[in-house]
Order: sequence, then structure tokens, then C-alpha cells
Amino acid sequence: MTQVSSTADAVVDGHKGDKSSLIQVLLEIQQQKHWLSESDLKSVSRELDVPLVQVYHVATFYKAFSLVPKGEHSISVCLGTACHVRGAPRLLGRIVDTFKIGPSGTSADMRFSLDKVNCLGCCALGPVMLVDGEYYSKPSQEDLEQLAAAD
Amino acid sequence: MPRLSSVAELDAHCDDLVAAQDASKICVTICSGTGCHASRSDKVYQAFLDQFDHHGLDDQVDILRTGCHGFCERGTIVTILPQDVTYMRVKPDDVAEIVTKSVLTNEVVDRLVHHDDDGQGVLREDDIPFYKLQSPAVFGMNRFIDPQSIDSYIVRGGYSALAKALFQMSPEQVLDEVKTAELRGRGGGGFPAGVKWQTTRDAPGDIKYVVVNADEGDPGAYMDRSLLEGNPHRVLEGLIIGAYAIGAGQGFVYVRQEYPIAVDNLLVALDQAREYGLLGPNVLGSGMAFDVEVHRGAGAFVSGESSALMSAIEGRVGEPRPKYVRTAVSGIWDRPTNLNNVETWATVPLIIDKGAEWFTGIGTENSKGTKIFSLVGAVTNTGLVEVPMGTTLRQVVFDIGGGVPGDKKFKAVQTGGPSGGVIPEEFLDLQIDFDELAKAGSMMGSGGMIVMDQDTCMVDMARYYLNFLAEESCGKCVPCREGISQMLDVLTRICAGDGREGDIELLEEISEVVKGWSLCALGGTAPNPVLSTITHFRDEYEAHIRDKRCPAGACKELISYYVDPQKCQACMICLKSCPAGAISGGKNLVHVVDQDLCTKCGACLDACPSRFDAVMVLSGVPVPEPVAPGTQVTRKRGGASG
Repeated sequence: MTQVSSTADAVVDGHKGDKSSLIQVLLEIQQQKHWLSESDLKSVSRELDVPLVQVYHVATFYKAFSLVPKGEHSISVCLGTACHVRGAPRLLGRIVDTFKIGPSGTSADMRFSLDKVNCLGCCALGPVMLVDGEYYSKPSQEDLEQLAAAD
Repeated sequence: MPRLSSVAELDAHCDDLVAAQDASKICVTICSGTGCHASRSDKVYQAFLDQFDHHGLDDQVDILRTGCHGFCERGTIVTILPQDVTYMRVKPDDVAEIVTKSVLTNEVVDRLVHHDDDGQGVLREDDIPFYKLQSPAVFGMNRFIDPQSIDSYIVRGGYSALAKALFQMSPEQVLDEVKTAELRGRGGGGFPAGVKWQTTRDAPGDIKYVVVNADEGDPGAYMDRSLLEGNPHRVLEGLIIGAYAIGAGQGFVYVRQEYPIAVDNLLVALDQAREYGLLGPNVLGSGMAFDVEVHRGAGAFVSGESSALMSAIEGRVGEPRPKYVRTAVSGIWDRPTNLNNVETWATVPLIIDKGAEWFTGIGTENSKGTKIFSLVGAVTNTGLVEVPMGTTLRQVVFDIGGGVPGDKKFKAVQTGGPSGGVIPEEFLDLQIDFDELAKAGSMMGSGGMIVMDQDTCMVDMARYYLNFLAEESCGKCVPCREGISQMLDVLTRICAGDGREGDIELLEEISEVVKGWSLCALGGTAPNPVLSTITHFRDEYEAHIRDKRCPAGACKELISYYVDPQKCQACMICLKSCPAGAISGGKNLVHVVDQDLCTKCGACLDACPSRFDAVMVLSGVPVPEPVAPGTQVTRKRGGASG
């Protein structure tokens, strides 16, 4: 049976089926759903007439794409050089402990997903983390615990 | 929206905008770059709107959300014009006071202005030492314009360079001007832009492309983002001028998706430029057809490499290809394609406007003009800094940057990102230009400048960069894929205390292969962070290998956290902050770290109040026996309790 992803179809339509828009199409689906399912990739392959292997090649090459479902809240911790120098590895360790992030990058209760990013471009505030789009500069342990406890 | 189909119409529109300005009207500008946005500038903006509403000031005061000012450490930055008073670190709660004092009356809120070392308040932004020593030729306009308004750019003379190029100069003359200016690419390589333009212009084919490389992947550098998000029209103007000189009909901007504000502002700018007739089938009535498409990068450092970036624009995986034929001749869809980075394009309108002679009057013999650096890391005044080429590192790090904060000692400055190297103190008087930095074993790169203090371990730094590069290597060629991962293995074991004699030499040997035989610059420059740290800080490598000691106290496996019983004031702060529950103690009782439970996350070190300074990092020495349970703290004079 052909699997259909309505999100993927709608996004592809927006790009008028242009093959070179593959990355842009995947980015939009990723942005909407926070991950790319197998049926999304198959739909994109069919609609753009790009071989599935090429779609997978792109989807696994770029960091922005996730092929597994993400937690409800997204945490990004900046590991850029400026943040590194200011103690980002220590912050990362505390985040993993506090939010109970598993090896897959997501907490067992699917509440939090953690991404390590290489520079958010606000080096002056480092170490920085981003939770659901909100920036936190040098968060204290108390800040982390509050966020972990919040809904 | 006016449609501008001649220079006269552009001039007339500019005159109208100038005439409509009321210099005496109060204008509040709020920096809305990513740095200030992260410091909640949107809430500050909303607070101003609420206050204006509350005081009925809506019609009497203008409000402007500007691009990045550069002094990101002090965000949110608010300037009140025409008085020209700048407030820093403004929080939403400060807004009511600013409006009552600085807008309604002519007072100054002293606590929010910059204070110099003598405690003297500095009112004007230009008088603050951080700005005073800079020459913001390319970046300076950011703080006066609203990046989402094309009029805001035009009223300051925007697009006049394009008009000059299109109507007073032939494409060849534009090209010659850029060549005479000796503009070198600001993205890292420093290749002469004019020569590259000429190659694409001369390449056979009717269809040619120009590309803005805004895939600023170098961690710790954000010059391009601030330019693109703060002044997108200047980048666009440079691109159109370049397209005219080269004979390109289509442009692309490849921008990281991690820069959402830049993408938004750019898309707005493109729409406005189309409406004004500055893009489209007949640019400014000149007959030139040109338009621009935006491609968002999906997160791959190697995609910033020119041939990889072009593959990505075609919708494929962003991997480099061997460049027997340069992209300037055969790029996107095998058409001649000229690629420059954001800062290079943004410099072009200035060269056309002010002339090559003005540009060559700034800088050193082989590096002309100014360069924007992202001065970050362990430095007091963090932010973006634009200085003439030839400025010394010392001037940038100490005079503008204010040196290392606290009483920590300066150790090195890293330039060139993952392709560059570290420069120690004895080279601080080096003049910054493409060649001098290369001589010192580093490189200009795109302009990241990361200051490191005594707490930064140089072996860990090399490991950090190699780890980054191992993740970002596309894996297409063996020397890069295997070489980097082997070097990373060696560095990882050195950092873990398992280093062996001969490891340094092994690193040097692998470096040679990776450097010499990788396909693209990612691999070709990957050993630089390792080689430069070995050259300048060999003793740190030896300490790790021979003494199993990390002199900077940074390598997790080689350190222990210990609470100094003499200094501990039993404030319970570290105890509460420990996520592993490894610290015991209580009211009036010396706190003790259980070395078996400690995960070395460093939360206690970060949490211990600096006035106590009781948490210590030990390396290469045994951890002293813990004090007997129930030992009372020795109170500092004046007392302190939790």
C-alpha cells in the first residue's frame, strides 16, 4: 500500500514540484512536524520524482533533519567555541542530568529533546541554551530544574 | 510603494524621505539583532509601546527596531535620539523610567548608561571605548536603520552606489574598480574578489550566477549574520552590482537555517526590492534583469565550501567535489558561478561609492580595507568589532575588548575557526592581516576571534575542534575522514590521561597526510588547531601525557573537584546545585565532595560564590582526605551564613 503523508504533499505543492527544492521541502516538513517519518520521505520522493535513496541521502546528511520523533519540548545547547571556552561542556552535562536525556537525545517520557548545536550566534551570552525558542544565558541549576518541572 | 525606474526617481524618493524626517522628533532605537533578541529586546520594545500608549506619546515619538550594534554583551541596547543617549542592558522593567526621564524630560537615567573605568558615565555610544577605537565602515550603518524597511536604507544613501554603477560605469569599469581596490574575500581564503569576478565574466556561457555565502558555520563567529539580518539591503546592493559587472541574471543567497531573523529580514528585503524595481526584469530602469532566490542551509559545516554549497543549492547533498575546473567557470548546474561571502558583498557598494582609492587607503600592503571580527570567549567586551586591517591583536583584545575578565590571565587568542590556530601572548603585537596571521600559524578565516584564559586547556581545545571537524567531515575522501578521526582518537586519549610517549609525533605525522591530500579546505586545514597548539603549548601536551595532569583544570578525567575546608562557609549553595547529590554537609558544617559520586559536572564550581571561592579544581595531585564528618566551618571575618 502506498503510504501518504498529507504534510509532505502540501509542502511539495508549495514548491511546485521542483526537484532542486528537495532540501527546502524537507526543512519545511521538519519545521512543522519536528521530524521526518518514513511516509513523509516516501511522499516527497514520489511527488518530487527524486529516488528515495537520494531523499534518504539528504535527510541523513544534514543535521537539521531528524528521522526519529522528537520530545514535546526542544532544548538546544550551544557548543560553539565561545560557549565552549565559557563552560558549555559543563552546562551540557547538567542539562543531560537534569532533564534526564537518554542516549537517543530524548527523555524517556518524551518530554524533552536535546540538540547540540555549533553556534547560535549569540556568543556574548554564552554559555547559551535555547528552550522552545527562548534563549537562556548562563542558566543556573535552579533555572534548569524549574524548566524541567514546568509543563 | 514607489516603483523606481530611473536614477532621478531614486534621488527624488530619497529627497522626499529626507524632507519627511523631523530631526527634532524624539526617536527611540532598540537593537533587535539576535544577541539583543536573546536578551529579550522584543519585550523591551513592547514595553516602550505600552509606555507611549500610557503617556499618549504615540504620535510624538518614533520607535525603530535596528540591526545589531555589535556590543552584544550589553544588550538590550536602546538609544534616544536626537539627544543621543545610549542605555545598555535595558530590561523591560527599566522602560518606564527611561520614558519618564529621558523621553518626557531631558534627564538621563544614569544607572543604565555605560560607565568607564573611573565610574564616569558615558552618554554617547560613539564615546564608549569599545566603539571609539573602531572604524565601522561596513557595519556602522546597522544601528541607524530598520532592516525591514528599504526606505530606512535609501534615506541614508542606500542604492546610490548601484545607481552609479549602472548609469555611470560600464561593467568593465566596475570590475576594474573592485580589482584596483584589491578587495580580498572576507570568507576565509582571502582570494582577490576582482580576479574571481573576472574569471566568471570571461567564462563561456550566457547564463551566469552570483551567490552570497551566508553559511557562516565557523562556531564562535557571527559577523555575517549580523550584517545580513541588520542591513540586508547593503548585501543585496553589493550583489546586484556584482551581477552587473559579471553579467549574471540570477543570484542566490545560501543562509543557515539557524539564523531565522536573518532569513526573515532577507525575505522582506527581497520583496521590497522587487516592489521598488531594484530587482526584476528591469533593475532601476537600466534594462538589466536580475533576481535573487534564498536557500536555507540544513546544517552542514562543509556546505560552506563553494562547490559543496552549489550542490546544496541544486538540492543535493552538500559535498565538495574536486575543483579541477573552478566553480567560477563551472558551478551551479555547470554554469559559471561567482561566490563571495556576506561581508565581501557588503563592502562592494562602499568601494563603488567612495572609490577604490579610499579603500586602498585603509589597511596594510596586501590586505586593504576594514575587517569585522567576532570578539568572543574570555573577554570583557564581547561583540562585533570592525577595525582597519593592520590593527594589532593587542589593540583588539585589550583596548577594545577590555582584556580578560576577572583576575584571570590571558592565554591565547584563536582565529580562523576550525581551520585556524591559536596565537599566544608573545605574538599579540602582530598586525592583523591575511598574511601576518598565516605566518603565525593561524589564519584570518571569516573573522572569529576567540579569547582564551588560563582555564582553557589547549589540548582540549584541539580536541574540541577535531571533534567538530570529525562530525562535519562529509567522509568523501579518505585522508580527511580517517585522518581526522584518528587524530581525534589520539587527542581524546591524551585528554583522558591515557596519552603515550610518541603521541605528539604521531599527531604531527597524521597532520601531514591530512593537510596534503584532502579534497577540500576542510581537511586541508583541519590539522591547524592541533599543530598550532603543539607549537605554542607543547608543555601542556606533555603535562597530560607524562604527569597525567591538565594544567588548566579543564579535562574531566584528569581533575577532581574539592571544597577547601578553610574557605568553605557552609552556605549550602554548592550542595543544592549538585545534580548528583555528591556533596554532603549542613548548616555550619564543612561541605565535602564524595569523589565516588561526583560526575565532575562542575555545577559546584559555577555555583560557589566568588567571595568564598571555596571549590577548587585539582589536577595531577591526590585529593586530600575529607575532613571528619561534623567539622565546623572556619568563619571569615564579618561572618557569613546560609
